[in-house]
Amino acid sequence: MDQFLQHLVNGTVLGATYALLGIGLTLIFGIMKVVNFAHGELYAFGAYVAYALVSLLQMDYFVALVLAAGLGLLLGAAIEFLLLRRCRLENIDEVMLIMIGVMIIMQNAELLAWGGVAKVVPTPFPQESIIVGGIYLSPTRLFVLGAAIVLLLAFYLVIERSRLGLAMRATFQDEDAARIVGVNVSRIYTLTFGLGSSLAAITGALLAPVFVVTPTMGDLASLKAFAIVILGGLGNIRGAALGGFALALIEEFGAAYISTAYRDAIGFLVILVVMIARPQGLFAAKERVG
Amino acid sequence: MLIKPLYAMLLGGALLASQAQADDTIKIGVSQPLTGSVAASGTYVTNGARLAVEHINGEGGVLGKPLELVIEDNKSNPREAVNTAEKLILRDKVPVMMGAWGSTFTLATMPKLEEYGIPMVVETASSSKVTTSGNPWVFRISPTSMMEAQAFAKQLSSFTPAIKKVDFLSVNNDWGLGAAGAFKEVLESKGIEVGRSEIIAPDATDLSAQLAAIKNSGSDTIIVTSGVEQLTLAIRQAAEQGIKQRLITTGGSFPEPLVKNPGPKGYVSTHLLFFSPWTADQALHPQIAGAYMDAWEAKDYPFPGLTEGFRGYDAILTIAEAIRVAGKAEPEAIRDALWKVKLAGVNGDIAFHKEGPEGRESGQNTPNIYIIQLQDGEVSAL
Repeated sequence: MDQFLQHLVNGTVLGATYALLGIGLTLIFGIMKVVNFAHGELYAFGAYVAYALVSLLQMDYFVALVLAAGLGLLLGAAIEFLLLRRCRLENIDEVMLIMIGVMIIMQNAELLAWGGVAKVVPTPFPQESIIVGGIYLSPTRLFVLGAAIVLLLAFYLVIERSRLGLAMRATFQDEDAARIVGVNVSRIYTLTFGLGSSLAAITGALLAPVFVVTPTMGDLASLKAFAIVILGGLGNIRGAALGGFALALIEEFGAAYISTAYRDAIGFLVILVVMIARPQGLFAAKERVG
Repeated sequence: MLIKPLYAMLLGGALLASQAQADDTIKIGVSQPLTGSVAASGTYVTNGARLAVEHINGEGGVLGKPLELVIEDNKSNPREAVNTAEKLILRDKVPVMMGAWGSTFTLATMPKLEEYGIPMVVETASSSKVTTSGNPWVFRISPTSMMEAQAFAKQLSSFTPAIKKVDFLSVNNDWGLGAAGAFKEVLESKGIEVGRSEIIAPDATDLSAQLAAIKNSGSDTIIVTSGVEQLTLAIRQAAEQGIKQRLITTGGSFPEPLVKNPGPKGYVSTHLLFFSPWTADQALHPQIAGAYMDAWEAKDYPFPGLTEGFRGYDAILTIAEAIRVAGKAEPEAIRDALWKVKLAGVNGDIAFHKEGPEGRESGQNTPNIYIIQLQDGEVSAL
């Protein structure tokens, strides 16, 4: 029983970070129809911001988190403004190529700047785990879980309750209609890309003290984010959040009770089954087509 | 009409120039993982190789010519390892190679060595397959997992409380699975019970599922095989999850980041190394180890990187000695000379014995193995 609960706790913490990665990606896809291959690189960017600020400049970790989110927002907005707006998003192939280019450039820039050797970001929390009823959880991971849940809720409120969220949802439903009622669609695009990127960057910064920071860390993050988004239904924010938790728990329990060697395979196998049974994704409501 | 001869002259001139340049130095091809999941190790090995070249060139080079390293990044990826070998052999025309950090990358490279007839000194790879598959161009200075397991078995009495049951946590490649197999065989022959065997993907960062699965297995020791990055994560996450078992790492990599950023207080991990800079006075040739360590320090490379940098240093010393014995920098002559090499290196004496099917033997060295412990960022001999 202890072991089951330990796996549940581990999976939930991992799931919260998967959810953050997933909603950033699904937001950009849902509203802009951009397949953002550089999403994982923004995650790596956030982690390197944390490394530079905390490990090199001895800055406070919590300040670094806020700065990572802010810089991620700016970088995402800049990518949208400089690269995507100019090609007017008419041709999805071009957009995909641009995003693959951005991914390659960012990954190699990180390599050039920081080298290939993994970097470590010290945690501001005590190293000794909190033990409740035989379940161990490090304070750093507990903080990651808490921060992820707060971010998920805040994000949900922005999308569902704010005027910005309303404009975003309107653009998502019908770009032309949104334009007619006075939504500045270009600005919504830039903001959407910035927000999605910011979420990836803060996830990277949150996880930097939990894992190690490497230039290729974005590859795995991108792969997982795509899996989550497909699992939850493309463009479905609630689906991506639930998909994140679902994938993490499937991986965790699959590894624990089936085979650790096939940990990733089990996750992807479930996605395959979902794609066959429910091509629109697990949590997607029926979408209007055309 | 005039253009053609002019063009030919230019082309001829360029060829002559590159020929002259090629003849000025003796090239050694290096394939190492400088990026990807085991980048730290590859970088240390490459730095060690650079130091050896500086040392040899400082003493006049080999056969009156300076050595030149041609370094390629195999990106911790077996496909890329093959590409680097082809590039080094075909474009850079290197007569000998060093590589490729790790069994998987080395095994992927080996068919190319045979295809083009280029010898390679393998500085890191522990799978027995490297020297038993019948590739006569391979000369390994690092120990096999079996050698490591046997050396470890001799030290079993140093562990208190005694090791009675072990679990394994291994990276999913030739190295990790091979090491688990060798250690299982040796430990079982010593009457130690073998429990669970958990696998981690080479790029995985979250090992909590594997660790939680081992936690209550009833074993007293976990044998972990992976590179610097995953060893760091495994030890940190094991401590976080309150894993009570003793953690022993194999393969000669050292979780260097834990020296500066130790995990929870009091947590002890044990490491099988092939060079221990903390106890360098116990090396077989302390003066050679000392020269290597001084050169490393002069470059300001990170101290714990010495544990793997020596691999590159010893490999280049070995190659240089083979070229000297051969009397010329040609692949076949270097290969024949490698069999005659008798050398004092950082790890100890280097000489190759034959392994693998008769008539197609590969060279295998018998290196020394050291066991150290790490606690709160401090290292001590076992």
